Amino acid sequence: MGPSSILQPGATAPEFALKATPDQRLALSDFRGKPVVLAFYPADWSPVCSDQMAVYSEIIDEFRAHGAQLLGISCDGVWCHLAFARDRKLSFPLLSDFEPKGDVARKYGCYDDAEGVSGRALFVVDGEGRIAWSDLAPMGVNPGADGILAALGDLGRSSSRPRPQQGDRS
Amino acid sequence: MSTLKPPLGPRDHLRGELARPIHLVEFGDFECPFCGQAQIVIRALERALGDQLCFGFRNFPLVGAHPNAQIAAEAAEAAGAQGKYWEMHDLLYENQHALEVPHLGRYAEQLGLDMQRFVADLQAHRHLEKIRSDRHSGAISGVAGTPTFFINGIRHEGPFDFDSLLAAMTLAARFPRAG
Repeated sequence: MGPSSILQPGATAPEFALKATPDQRLALSDFRGKPVVLAFYPADWSPVCSDQMAVYSEIIDEFRAHGAQLLGISCDGVWCHLAFARDRKLSFPLLSDFEPKGDVARKYGCYDDAEGVSGRALFVVDGEGRIAWSDLAPMGVNPGADGILAALGDLGRSSSRPRPQQGDRS
Repeated sequence: MSTLKPPLGPRDHLRGELARPIHLVEFGDFECPFCGQAQIVIRALERALGDQLCFGFRNFPLVGAHPNAQIAAEAAEAAGAQGKYWEMHDLLYENQHALEVPHLGRYAEQLGLDMQRFVADLQAHRHLEKIRSDRHSGAISGVAGTPTFFINGIRHEGPFDFDSLLAAMTLAARFPRAG
């Protein structure tokens, strides 16, 4: 069975504190006040040219233009993440949902029990810690950032603070 | 469903007229080996579909993986400014292993470009804005790696071999374009 019911918009995003490096943990609440994009993915080291994380890293300015923090999350260990991030020159943190394995992915409803990995689920969490948008990509489909960027654009429009020049969805 | 934003238009590099019923758009990187393979497939598809197909190319250099991808894209744009875009595009894909600045200069000479202008364009990064604009288009359109294809405005999922793309395009031609 793959993941079936990921958390939906309106739900409170479950708090977590996961290792980003061997001696540093990042918590969701560290980013309170700004939008956070959680990109769950199955595993480090998927093929280079079609790698979702490499593409997100390439377009990191698109997320920053919305004032958002991007976090990648998989069940790989922190040393694996470190090597992967260095090899792919990733420009955002990768969090290790390693022990207990997949605990955070389970809380967000995107753990794939059959494969023992997280599904490719995306969440946009608003500044107050509520899920504003979520999406689970079908197996074998590598999601781009279009859904995330549209959701961040909507978030910017609905909040009162001035919005950066970005996000024309037409 | 991921759709192409903005739709294919006159500011894109095109092979074929926009009025043709099938639009195939590739987001590509000159240093990406899969994009190199795709070039061969695209040429074969153009032969098969003739005046049914309009092919457009947008830049999506993955500079983290491919250190020369961006300057190569700039070289193609610089050649385009002198009316030789596709000639340079093809040369770059035929020489994916040699995309450093001295190589790019050699290709420009081979195409008979005004070298002073070509070198000045690269040094001033005069075409970087076009590449950034292509990349933004890719980001908001759902590019998930290179190459990513859009057929009549809808992201093509699945493999990009000749038969898969031909089948998808034949099907798309039966419906109005999404973008």
